[in-house]
Amino acid sequence: MSKRTVEYEVSRTPELGMDFRPREGLMSPAELPEPDFGSDNMLINIGPQHPATHGVLRLVLELDGETVVRCIPHIGYLHSSFEKLGEYRDWNQIVTLTDRIDYLAPLIYNCAYVMAVEKMMGVQVTERCKVVRVICMELDRIFSHLLWLGTWAIDVGAFTPFLYAFQERERVYHLHDAFTGARITTSATRVGGMMADIPEGWDQGVREFANTLPDTLDEIEALLTTNGIHLGRSQGVGVISGGEAINSGLSGPNLRASGVPYDLRKDKPYYDYETYDFEVPVGEHGDCYDRYMVRIEEMRQSCLLLLQALDRLPDGPINVNDPRVVLPRKTDCMNDMESMIHHFKLVMDGLKTPPGESYFAVEGSKGELGMYVVSDGGSKPVRWRIRPPSFINLSVISKLVEGGLLADVVIVNASLDIVLGEIDR
Amino acid sequence: MSQTGKSNAADLSVEVHPSVQALHDWFGVAIIRDEIVAGDEHVVYVDASRITEVLGWLKEVPEHLYDYLSDITAVDYGGGRPIQVVYQLFSISHRRSLRVKAELPLSALEIDSAVPLWASANWLEREVYDMFGISFKGHPDLRRILMPENYAEGYPLRKDFPLRGRFTRAEQTQRALSQEPEDYYIPADFECGRKPQLVQWQETGGEPEPDGDPSDH
Repeated sequence: MSKRTVEYEVSRTPELGMDFRPREGLMSPAELPEPDFGSDNMLINIGPQHPATHGVLRLVLELDGETVVRCIPHIGYLHSSFEKLGEYRDWNQIVTLTDRIDYLAPLIYNCAYVMAVEKMMGVQVTERCKVVRVICMELDRIFSHLLWLGTWAIDVGAFTPFLYAFQERERVYHLHDAFTGARITTSATRVGGMMADIPEGWDQGVREFANTLPDTLDEIEALLTTNGIHLGRSQGVGVISGGEAINSGLSGPNLRASGVPYDLRKDKPYYDYETYDFEVPVGEHGDCYDRYMVRIEEMRQSCLLLLQALDRLPDGPINVNDPRVVLPRKTDCMNDMESMIHHFKLVMDGLKTPPGESYFAVEGSKGELGMYVVSDGGSKPVRWRIRPPSFINLSVISKLVEGGLLADVVIVNASLDIVLGEIDR
Repeated sequence: MSQTGKSNAADLSVEVHPSVQALHDWFGVAIIRDEIVAGDEHVVYVDASRITEVLGWLKEVPEHLYDYLSDITAVDYGGGRPIQVVYQLFSISHRRSLRVKAELPLSALEIDSAVPLWASANWLEREVYDMFGISFKGHPDLRRILMPENYAEGYPLRKDFPLRGRFTRAEQTQRALSQEPEDYYIPADFECGRKPQLVQWQETGGEPEPDGDPSDH
């Protein structure tokens, strides 16, 4: 055994000696000229695999000391071309793609997509369906903001709020699970209604959640809102003025933090949002702290909206009575020929839409979530376009971080609340 | 804090859209036609060569003030028909929306950039360029955005682009593996605003599908 070790060392040592010996014609590292980057600035790369980028975002930063001179974001690492895939699927099959776009608020995406198709087809959904969708969208607004809150807290250096927020998220996961059978990939909507009516007792679960969430928010706020470290790191960081924010296409809480009260639930109301009593929180400084405050307040307002929607949840059918879009009942299919043929045609061909197009935007958790659908009369879209709020929100990151410190890049990125699945689509 | 008090009667009367009429009066023949889709959505087709003029007018004139550019995208109907560039505009102060379209023939996919008007057009136009190959004149940084910069298979959202791409899976993998990751770290690569290479994929054999009907999948 010992002999073998000696042999090994003997055979290795000369090679190592060869490697370390300076080769002819090469300079030692100390003599090598500095690589010429055209300036004294330093280039650093963050991501694509980096916890602070909240996904597979890559930022290339040019630094002068600790100050960011230039920031170049690179995206596309999660690109799966949902829009192209949609052109090969019929209208109802696309619903399953929509919740994979923004996996942090899947129900909002499910709802927004079918609302655009229904608008194009002229289908009026039932009153119960409207209220159920409002519940779904507000629930997922909270769901998404909670994830943002937890990761934001981690990025500013606080760990406990992350645990509190994720505990609350788990309750929403359970509600998703109880309603749709899935925790993330909900696929809850269909053109003309929902995949099913809400299960018995589900509304009670949502009510309990909406009643108790504000207590948790109070606890989280007690840890963050007046915390010196949190204030010091977020106030006056990543400032964007209202006019600039509009020009840059920001939407959602990021835009409202800059003082622009643009909320589609108020400005282009859909699903009777104008009859609900809620407020749109608006910031004034447009910095990271205001974005934090706006989202916290939005969660409280969403709780109020949830309770109001639950109070007015009417009885009645969840699906529209329109044979163009909704499958006949299974018992009918088994008992009469016409229903069976109709069922077969709807399943095999997919529902047919008249030629036309529609752009329908809802206030998603990240901002204005628009769905643009174009049909040529077939059972598949000619074009299905998602107006991606995070994509456009992220495009201002260079503007926000340039001139700031390297440490603030992480905070600014967290305050924008991006989800890379939707940016790359 | 709240704007509950504001009227929610968005100015979406089906018959008359004030901006559409004003556009006809102001620009005359540059406004090719207009239509109403999905009940209350107004679409205006604009001569592509005067698109920035029209968009700038809509953005600046106080009676219209479409200060918010929601979206820029394109639609390819296939079959050699022109590709439409679609601008979704919204006026925050008037709560009015308008869709402006410009049609570009496949032989001349070029249009003026809207970046001087809206900063939000920057990434949106890059995406349209990436997916449809429409080049935006005057764009400060027209590079691919979602696809890799050395992507050579063409423009994925065109109707003549097959769902699985032009290369085989093996070729795609080989291309990906043969890339030099260090290339992405040299400073010259981060220079913005260089001239884009517009034509990357050349049709070598066979004509593209006459009609890009997706249902043949």
